[in-house]
Amino acid sequence: MADIKNTFTRRKMLKTMMGLPLAASGVLGSGKLLANPATAAINTTGLAVTDDTVQVGILHSLTGTMAISETGSVEAETLAIEQINAMGGILGRKIEIITEDGASDWPTFAQRARKLLRQDKVAAIMGCWTSASRKAVLPVLERENGLLYYPTFYEGLEQSPNVIYTGQEATQQILASLDWLAKEKGAKTFYLVGSDYIWPRTSMKIARIHIEQKLGGTVVGEDYAPLGHTSFGSNINRIRLRRPDAIFGAVVGGSNVAFFRQLNSAGLNGSNTTLLTLATTEDEVLGIGGENVEGFYSSMKYFQSVENDNNAAFVKAFKERWGADSVIGDVTQAAYLGPWLWKEAVERAGSFDVAKVTAASPGIELTTAPEGYVKVHENHHLWSKTRIGKWRRDGQADVVFESDLIEPNPFPEGYQ
Amino acid sequence: MGDFSAQDLMAIGAMQGFAGLSFFSVLLLMALGLAIIYGQMRVINMAHGEFMVIGAYTTYMLSGLVSSHAPWAMEFYIFLAIPASFLTAFLFGLFIEMVMIRHLYHRPLDTLLATWGLALIMQQIFRSTFGAREVSVSLPDWLQGSWRPTPMIDIPISGLSIMVLTLFVTVGVLWFMYRSRWGLRVRCTMASREMSGAVGINTKWVDRITFAVGCGIAGIAGAAFTTISSTGPTSGTLYIVDTFLVVVFGGAGSIMGTVASSFVIAQGQSLLEFFIGSSMAKVATLLTIIVILMIRPQGLFASKVRR
Repeated sequence: MADIKNTFTRRKMLKTMMGLPLAASGVLGSGKLLANPATAAINTTGLAVTDDTVQVGILHSLTGTMAISETGSVEAETLAIEQINAMGGILGRKIEIITEDGASDWPTFAQRARKLLRQDKVAAIMGCWTSASRKAVLPVLERENGLLYYPTFYEGLEQSPNVIYTGQEATQQILASLDWLAKEKGAKTFYLVGSDYIWPRTSMKIARIHIEQKLGGTVVGEDYAPLGHTSFGSNINRIRLRRPDAIFGAVVGGSNVAFFRQLNSAGLNGSNTTLLTLATTEDEVLGIGGENVEGFYSSMKYFQSVENDNNAAFVKAFKERWGADSVIGDVTQAAYLGPWLWKEAVERAGSFDVAKVTAASPGIELTTAPEGYVKVHENHHLWSKTRIGKWRRDGQADVVFESDLIEPNPFPEGYQ
Repeated sequence: MGDFSAQDLMAIGAMQGFAGLSFFSVLLLMALGLAIIYGQMRVINMAHGEFMVIGAYTTYMLSGLVSSHAPWAMEFYIFLAIPASFLTAFLFGLFIEMVMIRHLYHRPLDTLLATWGLALIMQQIFRSTFGAREVSVSLPDWLQGSWRPTPMIDIPISGLSIMVLTLFVTVGVLWFMYRSRWGLRVRCTMASREMSGAVGINTKWVDRITFAVGCGIAGIAGAAFTTISSTGPTSGTLYIVDTFLVVVFGGAGSIMGTVASSFVIAQGQSLLEFFIGSSMAKVATLLTIIVILMIRPQGLFASKVRR
């Protein structure tokens, strides 16, 4: 983080202040002042907290088809935890990581989560990526009263007391970008194309309602391809026949690569076609090849090229830790926020107890986030900005639009 | 579709026809190797997709090597990549036959389990070697973009080149199976192993070479696919279902059946995709195939082999 030094000095200052009588304000909660509070006081529910360590689970797919996407999240969470440890840990305790492999298999996610909570008694879990894995883990979390930090942008329509959602829910990502397409690109006709599962379908439902009812535009086509689909010839011909002003896409994973390459080789590219996608980050572009997405747009809350001091420090630290070739996508950054938000919440609550941590979470602000500034909402999602990036040939994006902070609204009225 | 001119519809029709042809060559290229292994040898090779991935990674590594050591050759490296992918997959196939497959010839269902295990092992090896992220190769410029016979029609060059490649491989396989000495031995062995042995054919080596050639062709398919899609450790699993579908539907044991079946499936599916969308098209295709296989379990073309 940008202010490791500052925080060190603040810690020292706080230690020297310890003898002074406590003027306990909300910010300087007892947790921060007492460097090493007694374990019994901060852990009343039998979590894996000792006098100098606390255990945290990382639960992602290290193997299987989702490992492609989830690797970045594991790296970001590990980096954040290492940085927190270098600053002295949380409530004087070093964080120890227990890594479990969800193996791209949803029942395995549930079973590994149960193991982390029942056997290891971890204080929090950073993990899950697909909605399917989160849905599988959810009942376990609620029964065992665990705490999950979930990093992916997702379809919304969920709000669990046991989950903090560090990615965007659908309306945050979609509405601002549709408004932008209508205003800046003069788009009146839209073609919606996505992979065939819950996230693209829910997103497109929201998009259609917004286009038809709020923007007065028309949806001239809506098309879903099975996951792993690699022959997009027919889909592209359908799009050509309809001649939409803008293509609004949510094709994910390996299909992404085939989709963009075939668009390009069919003569549809950034110079003659307006395309905005919800599912393409720097990670995917690495596989697609910058020349195939050049001039197209993505709507995300974070791009590696976002310019601020927090992000400069984050990108530098990430590359030092995981190699100069690594790229950072939206979800990777959101995963990085998890441990920091947890740290803030624990320190605010002065306890590792899940109920107290979640109660202390709403209202937490993170000014050190690489994406800029985020704040936890009552509904456990984050206030965040939406950015639109225009892809360059080198696989990075130029941010061409940045919204104001958008309130998370996982149950959007009128959009369901 | 009243608001489209006849010219529009013609152009779309032409491009749609091409999309079907291009999908046809992709399916055929995937299935040829399996048509040999499953069709001729009755080995259910669940690791077929992984042999494709071997070809894809060979191409990827070669592209990396060429771009760092001989950048001037980048325009042509693909011509080297295809034989290299064949050779890598061929040699690995030979090795697998020797240590594993040959012990399982009289237990066809066990080959299913064993090769599935092999597929998992190979996936993990890919993951440990190349990382979990998908990789793709940089294509020479002449393979990108589209050919425009008229201003309305865009024909992707990459699709065209895969069609040409498929044509060559198909002709090669047909020649190998029906015109070469080796093909004769293969067909003899499959017709009657004992008799073939009795007339002096080394049936062990026939098995070995047949399996390895099938794997090698999978390698070529992988090299071609990495140019249209990307390659990850588990990409093979995406291909395996379609591949078996084509071979079983075509009628195991008949190369022409495989050609016909990939043509029917590809054209049917891409036409349906155009009208009812990809997901429904897939459902409709699968349903049709199931119904046809229920009526005609031997597939489109039955091989005339005594059993």
